[in-house]
Amino acid sequence: MITTTKGLMDESLLEKREGTIDNDNETTTWIEYWLEGELVHRSAHVALKKSTSSAVEAASFN
Amino acid sequence: MGQLLNGGHQFGTITLVSRSSLTAPTADTFKAALYLASATVNASTTVYSATGEVSGTNYTAGGVTVTMATAPTATNSSTTAGVAFVTPSASITYTTVTLSTAFDAVLIYNSTQGNTAVSVHTFGSQTITAGTFTLTMPSNTTSAALIRLATT
Repeated sequence: MITTTKGLMDESLLEKREGTIDNDNETTTWIEYWLEGELVHRSAHVALKKSTSSAVEAASFN
Repeated sequence: MGQLLNGGHQFGTITLVSRSSLTAPTADTFKAALYLASATVNASTTVYSATGEVSGTNYTAGGVTVTMATAPTATNSSTTAGVAFVTPSASITYTTVTLSTAFDAVLIYNSTQGNTAVSVHTFGSQTITAGTFTLTMPSNTTSAALIRLATT
């Protein structure tokens, strides 16, 4: 069962689309489920490979 | 430097929320808030703000608590340079949310100490629809850890 904007739905009723983006900073995978041309579910998983930018505030390290 | 990440030094006179004990202190609570791709959140950000933060179903303003179960590590010594580093010990997860407007940044901040900013991290722009957004941390090493302080 898939959580969708229309409630829990059987995966077999939905069109599944997946993708991956990989670069120096992250590996991202996403999965979408569509129902009759409407996006009803999208999840994403971003795996950071390293710190991309930092804003260290001195107060945080007292 | 590990003592810096553990709060062992105070260089200025900033007011802190007092710890329950100075001899047996407890770690602060850190949180992670997501920001819209259109928001301005960067190295100049000093404190958490709801301005530009994502909003949507099942997302609570201020974000979620970050698990910091692994203590900071320092590789420097009194005679050699090194790196002090720390990384959240678990993925940051926003479960069954709908975030329809594109977002591309997470602010990690110290909710115990007045919501002061710790770091900002960017990634490819995302939206979530009745789904889960998971942010997995880099490996906790001298070269990849999420927060690093280095000496030369």
